[in-house]
Amino acid sequence: MRNYWALFGKDVRRDKHLYILLAPYMVLFLLFTVLPVVISIIFSFTHFNMLEMPRWIGWENYSKLLWNDDVFLIGVKNTLIFSVVTGPVSYIACFLFAWLINELNPKLRAFMTLIFFAPSISGNVFFIWQIIFSSDSYGIINGLLMQLGVIYEPIQWLQDPKYMLGIIMLVQLWLSLGTSFLAFIAGLQTVDKTLYEAGAVDGVKNRWQELWFITLPSMRPQLMFGAVIQITASLAVADVAMALAGFPSVQYGAHTIVTHLVDYGTIRFEMGYASAIATVLFVMMLGSNLIVQKLLKRVGE
Amino acid sequence: MKLAIRLNKKVNRSWQVDALLFLALAGFGSFMAIPLIYVINNAFKPLDELFIFPPTLFVRNATLENFANLFQVMKNSWVPFSRYIFNTVFITAAGTAGHILLASAAAYPLAKHKFRGSKVLFTVVVLSLMFSPHVTAIPNYMIMSALGWMDTYQAVIVPAFAYPLGLYLMKQFMEQIPDALLEAAKIDGASEYRIFWQVVMPLVKPAWLTLLILMMQMLWGTDGGSFIYSEQLKTLHYAMGQIIQGGIARAGVGAAVAVIMMTVPIVTFILSQSNVIQTMASSGMKD
Repeated sequence: MRNYWALFGKDVRRDKHLYILLAPYMVLFLLFTVLPVVISIIFSFTHFNMLEMPRWIGWENYSKLLWNDDVFLIGVKNTLIFSVVTGPVSYIACFLFAWLINELNPKLRAFMTLIFFAPSISGNVFFIWQIIFSSDSYGIINGLLMQLGVIYEPIQWLQDPKYMLGIIMLVQLWLSLGTSFLAFIAGLQTVDKTLYEAGAVDGVKNRWQELWFITLPSMRPQLMFGAVIQITASLAVADVAMALAGFPSVQYGAHTIVTHLVDYGTIRFEMGYASAIATVLFVMMLGSNLIVQKLLKRVGE
Repeated sequence: MKLAIRLNKKVNRSWQVDALLFLALAGFGSFMAIPLIYVINNAFKPLDELFIFPPTLFVRNATLENFANLFQVMKNSWVPFSRYIFNTVFITAAGTAGHILLASAAAYPLAKHKFRGSKVLFTVVVLSLMFSPHVTAIPNYMIMSALGWMDTYQAVIVPAFAYPLGLYLMKQFMEQIPDALLEAAKIDGASEYRIFWQVVMPLVKPAWLTLLILMMQMLWGTDGGSFIYSEQLKTLHYAMGQIIQGGIARAGVGAAVAVIMMTVPIVTFILSQSNVIQTMASSGMKD
């Protein structure tokens, strides 16, 4: 045991410059990210309404959540439908558009990057979709359809559970060329150009082979990053749903796990229960990430 | 074979597929652009044009009325409006700069060295990305008040230094730097700090410019959260939100506010983007 600590001390002394580089970030990260996460996981085992002291209740929040909360199950269902559609679509779109744009000449490339990236960077501009899908005849879609004679009465797009989820998916896709898209663009710029020449010599025949055997494997770090970001974002959808369909939405048509969490966390102030919801969501994200990372390791083989 | 090398990548292209892909790009591009064009046009529409049937995409009689109304309201606010602008610019600049510096410094050892605890630390950073910020708001509030940082700039700025996103992004990019390059620097007698600052950072310029764009956009849109409550310290985003809600809830002014708020991130993006493309042409990232 003493040997181990001596070795440990020696390693730390040898790498002290590395620890010094890490320290400022890690101290703040522990204080403002890790500590709050740990506290809220602990809260998830308590009854905590912000007025009284937290009271330990064990697994009660979780059992109530999973067996006795029908609204939560609606939220889970919507979230799953949502993430299974938008997650993969937007991940692939992020890469595909980044890749296509990368082949353009520099001026056109800068312009197209701006067009695709602008929606996600321009803050809360997605409220515009509320006007586009507005329920009266001033809404762009309703106005257009009525003018064309397809419909005679305006459709209540954002109040009808039939359309709600689809519209939110559309808007989310519109917004989704954000962080990962930008990381892919930057990643494509760092792929070694000589690899393509070497590939041509080795018999790479078309752009699809080039993509699979050269581009994708060279970008594995960015692909991993993008996957984590996309999974996290598509399972945590809430802001767009709340802004467009209202909160709570009609018949919980646009209810998701995070809107359920917002309901208990910031409206009913049942922090213990809200923390349990967050922990369940966390486990779901973790599971999906492990699966996707396994799949990504096979890229280019 | 020689010919193929000289012609470079273009040899693997067929024009039919090129055309098809370009069409797809143009199609999706317009889907992305139309709502934004609509917002911008709305900001210049006079009131009667905002509510006509059938609704129009483009403005007919452009007017600056909406912006004039907006400035009129700004003049009457009881905190000078320049104060909101200063608050937002200060928070954005300090938070972004600090984050890029600290996150890159921490990413370098994690990406390029193996040492005790490196794997665990990185795993924790990635895991923390997956925890919903809606619940950590309360513990964060408790920590802030324990530190006595409530209602100060640093309550927003300092946590931004340590967002997990930046470290993760920087680490992924730094992994691609060839080890030979770093060893060469080491043999030349450079310290770890010098290697980080003079070798690694210039090489990952696209990464930290990306991070600059993301962070600056995130902080520009902050409303100060639950940490800032005195009017003097409020941000532009908050003030703009008040203007839209405060009685003059008009679609036109709202659109004008949206256009003003989105201009700054987009301009920053255009400036940094041209920089990324320029520097990447000759970076020597790969060996």
